[in-house]
Amino acid sequence: MIYTLGSVLAILISLAIDRWGTRKRLILRLDFWVAYAIIVFFQLLMNGFLTGIPVVTYNPDVIIGLRIVYAPIEDLGFGFGLVLLVLTVWTRLGHGETPRFAAPSQRATLPAAPSIPDDDAQ
Amino acid sequence: MGHWTYTVILILTLLAAAWLQAIPGVNVLNRPRRLGTAMLPGLLFVVWDIVAAQESWWFFDDGRIFGPRILGLPLEEYGFFIVVPICAVLGFEAARVTRAKL
Repeated sequence: MIYTLGSVLAILISLAIDRWGTRKRLILRLDFWVAYAIIVFFQLLMNGFLTGIPVVTYNPDVIIGLRIVYAPIEDLGFGFGLVLLVLTVWTRLGHGETPRFAAPSQRATLPAAPSIPDDDAQ
Repeated sequence: MGHWTYTVILILTLLAAAWLQAIPGVNVLNRPRRLGTAMLPGLLFVVWDIVAAQESWWFFDDGRIFGPRILGLPLEEYGFFIVVPICAVLGFEAARVTRAKL
């Protein structure tokens, strides 16, 4: 059940970093949950192939045994943790960002493009 | 698909999200530094995966990966932690920008 424990830890660590690390509190924003709903669908699809074919096989001793689309239920926790951590850091880095990497063709049109603030929910 | 299996899954996953970059206002692939930094938390999971493979908590089918491994993990598994964060950020930005326009 160590894999189960790791899954729970992944969720808790990501929640803690979102709350106290980046202080973005993405989990309180609808933007995050709309995106997560889409992401989790594709995660189940991808993970379903990986565990259904299977490319990867789990030791039955380390998982609780519940499965969703072939994948151990634990993978939902790992997926949530990874996605929340990446998105909360991504959002944290969005402050004062300027489009430095825009292609020259894009750069010409940038001033006219409406900018959509990162922190619309705050 | 044999040895290509895991690689094909990674490529299809990336393609499923890559087109979102074309939505006006979605700036992800053209922010390599910000994207690269946002991917760093994935290292935590890579370490966990290395331990999981070493402790035999899971096994990769040698017939469905190319074979080279680093610290016991197939190269494809490292690819997973590049592809999945990119897809997540693309999905998040596409959802955010689209909702802001509604």
